[in-house]
Amino acid sequence: MSPKPGTEFPLWEVFIRGQHGLAHRHVGSLHAPDAEMALKNARDVYTRRNEGVSIWVVPSSAIAALDPSEAEQNFAPSESKIYRHPTFFDIPDDVGAM
Amino acid sequence: MYNPYAKRKLPMYAQMVESGQAGDTDRDRAFQDKIDRNVRIEPRDWMPEGYRKTLLRQIGQHAHSEIVGQLPEGNWITRAPSLQRKAILLAKVQDEAGHGLYLYCAAETLGKTRDEMTEELLAGKAKYSSIFNYPTLTWADVGMIGWLVDGAAIMNQVPLQRCSYGPYSRAMIRICKEESFHQRQGFDIVRALVEGTEDQKAMAQDALNRWWWPAIMMFGPPDADSVHSEQSMKWGIKLNSNDELRQKFVDQTVPQAEWLGLDIPDPDLKWNEERQSYDFGTPDWDEFFAVIKGNGICNRERLDARNKAWDDGRWFREGLMAHAEKNKQKIAAE
Repeated sequence: MSPKPGTEFPLWEVFIRGQHGLAHRHVGSLHAPDAEMALKNARDVYTRRNEGVSIWVVPSSAIAALDPSEAEQNFAPSESKIYRHPTFFDIPDDVGAM
Repeated sequence: MYNPYAKRKLPMYAQMVESGQAGDTDRDRAFQDKIDRNVRIEPRDWMPEGYRKTLLRQIGQHAHSEIVGQLPEGNWITRAPSLQRKAILLAKVQDEAGHGLYLYCAAETLGKTRDEMTEELLAGKAKYSSIFNYPTLTWADVGMIGWLVDGAAIMNQVPLQRCSYGPYSRAMIRICKEESFHQRQGFDIVRALVEGTEDQKAMAQDALNRWWWPAIMMFGPPDADSVHSEQSMKWGIKLNSNDELRQKFVDQTVPQAEWLGLDIPDPDLKWNEERQSYDFGTPDWDEFFAVIKGNGICNRERLDARNKAWDDGRWFREGLMAHAEKNKQKIAAE
């Protein structure tokens, strides 16, 4: 029998903290009926070889993202502001470590 | 007359992918330029319809191969010769389910639902690798699948880590990390057999005799008969030709077979000093296309098993959804 349309489990995004002290990173997605099952499935699939010490799951529908076609206008303004980097400033050697 | 080679390009694990066509607009040219500059394409970026469709077919078939690929080995989980071998095989088969998941997720980013893909597989409309339509008759077959089939899969998948579509490339990176374990556990099974009794060694040889040619055919038909690969290569979703990868696989595997003391069942196999490579014989491509068309030994059995698993699990999936709904309402009422 073929699957009934519209009964698919919701999609979740999985984030894993690889080691203590590191931030959670996106590792992939999975389908699950609720957060509890999403966490269990994420543990079973994404931490089979000591990949993590903590897991977050987030409904994919809850993620907002910038439009990739507007990447240029979103990110270009920072390109010209090189004074935001410490290397912009010339510090004489005899000043010492700074 | 039926010409099995006509208009087909068959990358491994996705053996019936026909490539779409590129357009000739400014957007198409900008897209191609991005690929040429090695910039990854991401889900919400503009892409030509042919690129999207070709990728969907290729990733979908790859995903189905991982899922159906669990069946030949699953056949031996309850009969593994020791508790340790059983635990290892179980882990390996579980990995394959995960690989299927990564790939289905990658395909979903191209706008097809999981249910649609499942439906295509269960209805027999979707293809998967022909290799999984061969039976696993003895424990030695489980070793051969790991050593040869996963070995061949690695050959194909390592370059795909650099493919142009971000989600597919990231799925391949995860998969490749795990495949190496699969190949080594297979080699270890074969090694234990050839170091055992005469009967055990004979069992390994018999399994090699049956799996060698199907493994060689996993790379798809010869380059000379491939029509659609050029566009897929231009789009960066196929990175090596079938014959290139096949040669690489033979060159790597023959010395391993020699180390094991097993004979490759190919009378034409010979070291070519000039090419610094092995010459080898031609597989039975008629058999290959018969299996692809659904006439392999286990095609029917594999699909029946998938359908049964889906149908038998229905009450459980529905129960989980009902439970989730009930909890949601409870939380809303509080």
